[in-house]
Amino acid sequence: MRKNLFWLAGMMALPVAAEAKTEISWWHAMTGANAEVVTKIANDFNASQSDYELKPVFKGTYPETLNAGIAAFRAGQAPDIIQVFDVGTGVMMGAQGAIKPVAEVLKEGGYEFDKSQYLPGIVGYYSTPEGDMLSFPYNSSSPILYYNKDIFQKAGLDPETPPKTWAEVWAAARKIKESGAATCGYTSTWLTWIHTENFAAWNNVSWATNENGLAGTPELKIDGPLFVKHFQELADLAKEGVFVYGGRTSEAKQNFTSGECGILTESSGGLGDIVKSGMNYGIGQLPYDETAEGAPQNTTPGGASLWVMGGKSDETYKGVAAFFNYLSQTEVQQFLHEQSGYLPVTMAAYEATKGSDFYQQNPGRETPIQQMMGKAPTENSKGVRAPNLPQLRDIQNEEYEKMLAGQQDAATALKNAVERGNAAIKEAVGG
Amino acid sequence: MRRTVFPHKLLPWLLLAPQLAITLIFFYWPAAQAFRQSMLREDAFGLKTTFVGLANFRKVLSDPNYLNSMRVTVVFSVLVAFFAMAIALFLAVQAEKIVRGKGFYRTLMIWPYAVAPAIAGMLWLFMFNPSFGTLAWPLRQLGISWNPLLDSTQAMGLVVAAATWKQISYNFLFFVAGLQAIPRSLLEAAAIDGASRRHTFWTITFPLLAPTSFFLLVVNTVYALFDTFGIIHAVTGGGPGKATETLVYKVYNDGFVNLIMGDSAAQSVILMIIVIALTAFQFRFIERRVHYG
Repeated sequence: MRKNLFWLAGMMALPVAAEAKTEISWWHAMTGANAEVVTKIANDFNASQSDYELKPVFKGTYPETLNAGIAAFRAGQAPDIIQVFDVGTGVMMGAQGAIKPVAEVLKEGGYEFDKSQYLPGIVGYYSTPEGDMLSFPYNSSSPILYYNKDIFQKAGLDPETPPKTWAEVWAAARKIKESGAATCGYTSTWLTWIHTENFAAWNNVSWATNENGLAGTPELKIDGPLFVKHFQELADLAKEGVFVYGGRTSEAKQNFTSGECGILTESSGGLGDIVKSGMNYGIGQLPYDETAEGAPQNTTPGGASLWVMGGKSDETYKGVAAFFNYLSQTEVQQFLHEQSGYLPVTMAAYEATKGSDFYQQNPGRETPIQQMMGKAPTENSKGVRAPNLPQLRDIQNEEYEKMLAGQQDAATALKNAVERGNAAIKEAVGG
Repeated sequence: MRRTVFPHKLLPWLLLAPQLAITLIFFYWPAAQAFRQSMLREDAFGLKTTFVGLANFRKVLSDPNYLNSMRVTVVFSVLVAFFAMAIALFLAVQAEKIVRGKGFYRTLMIWPYAVAPAIAGMLWLFMFNPSFGTLAWPLRQLGISWNPLLDSTQAMGLVVAAATWKQISYNFLFFVAGLQAIPRSLLEAAAIDGASRRHTFWTITFPLLAPTSFFLLVVNTVYALFDTFGIIHAVTGGGPGKATETLVYKVYNDGFVNLIMGDSAAQSVILMIIVIALTAFQFRFIERRVHYG
């Protein structure tokens, strides 16, 4: 009876306590294991202080989340924090007045924003050309190479040495197919992100003018000779049946986990599914073209970042700043990195993970960071930006599909992608 | 015939109010919004808005990709409407012949209708995905190079098949009802005159089914135009290239993926005009000319 009374008293006290807290909404697009990470981070943050209540809300896929945010903003109901994927970055940056730069939020919240504490490759991508951080990098990933060690063994390849260059990948893939170790040698997710945007950065060739769009309106240059050579090789392999196309986004992962293909290039964020499949896999760096000068340069980040919407109360912004400050803490970043396969955002978290035996226990997990950190980025490798990147990728995918189906050669496909893409950019900027 | 007259002026409006409210909120209001949006050029967040008059329409109609998606839509709709109706009619006629277990057979036939388009799309994808599809493997063994991810004809075939399969049940129901409405005496008279089954079907059954068929033609066309979005989204996403990008899919893609609101709104206004025209056509001509038995 007494216990019940206490319970009752507790229940009555609860609303009063909740009322004093400022609620902060966070719309995100994380599923599966990554959604659990979001929940844990939010719960831990709420437990760590008593002024703010962070409420994460799942809003669907990346594009769906972005659309929900846009629709909510138009209706005057925008969330406080929204997770937007890399390709949506240009859209958000163009929406001055709808967003509030993260650097500003942190400063006003009384936190010192020290850029040097963050991984430069990641923070640079989410900053203005002047260097002000606009959004908070939450989950960053980088494309890497995965290979099936059993298939390598069967094909007579060394299962401990992943191919380093594209030429080596092609040779290994042909050997896999010819030896009958698997019906398909090589497959890849995201031809746009991996074979176009990261291909450019990693081989230090230009994706577009104006520092790939980071310094102004871009004009695509992906019909350059290195791209043509690379895509023609890919088209030839597709014709031989050595390369199998899986789809526009991450569908090809299944071709790899099912054992159909021996080699895969995919985001480091896709590691979870590959581990789950229980296969005997190995990880290598993203291959580069050995004829490219200075390759390998560095890869660019994919994934998503957190944007703060404009027009909220000071109290809300203080809470958001407190959350971002919490999120930057070494233990939190280390947890995020080790749990999800995404990259840590701060140098301290990277050093801390290095200091533990995590990388010895999980070989290959450091690869995406090394790729991104290996060299100081050039104007070709800071990332790519366009006001309509989703549309540009669509156009590229359409042309690549026609090329892989044998309807056109690589030179034509890339020339069309550039012409159509530049027309679309002009339209987007003019409108 | 005497007309029913309400004594009150207010009562009829009151009785109509729920229906009117629904129509206003769910049709007129969004339609008006689409019209407004189609005259504007706007960024995704609606921060900068310029009035451009009919420029969006001019742009859309002169876009070769739009004309391509129009062509895709025509091919897709004709194929879906034809196969969905032809197969349903065949099955309905066969079902009529069954003596035992008619109800069981009919129930089975109606099931696919309860499947949501997106789920139907996923089912077909699981069967025919080139890498993990259960039926893709036997196809390959037969020497067919099955790859709808890159082969536009195969991709079109796949979405047509999925969309057709889902619509057959609906058509089947209507054809069964239509067949039951045909007077027995006519069929018996034909039988006495020694007409073959095929002859009876084409000269008596088929013409008498005309009202049902015309109704279904309009319904199926509208279905193929609009309700197949989920299937296309799940199976091909409009690809390969733009081989299965129908008008509705393009509205979605331009508006919600590429965030070009003006173009997308202009396209939806054009679609609205097409549907209004189709419906008007049905009521004006077909309803009048069709012979109702």
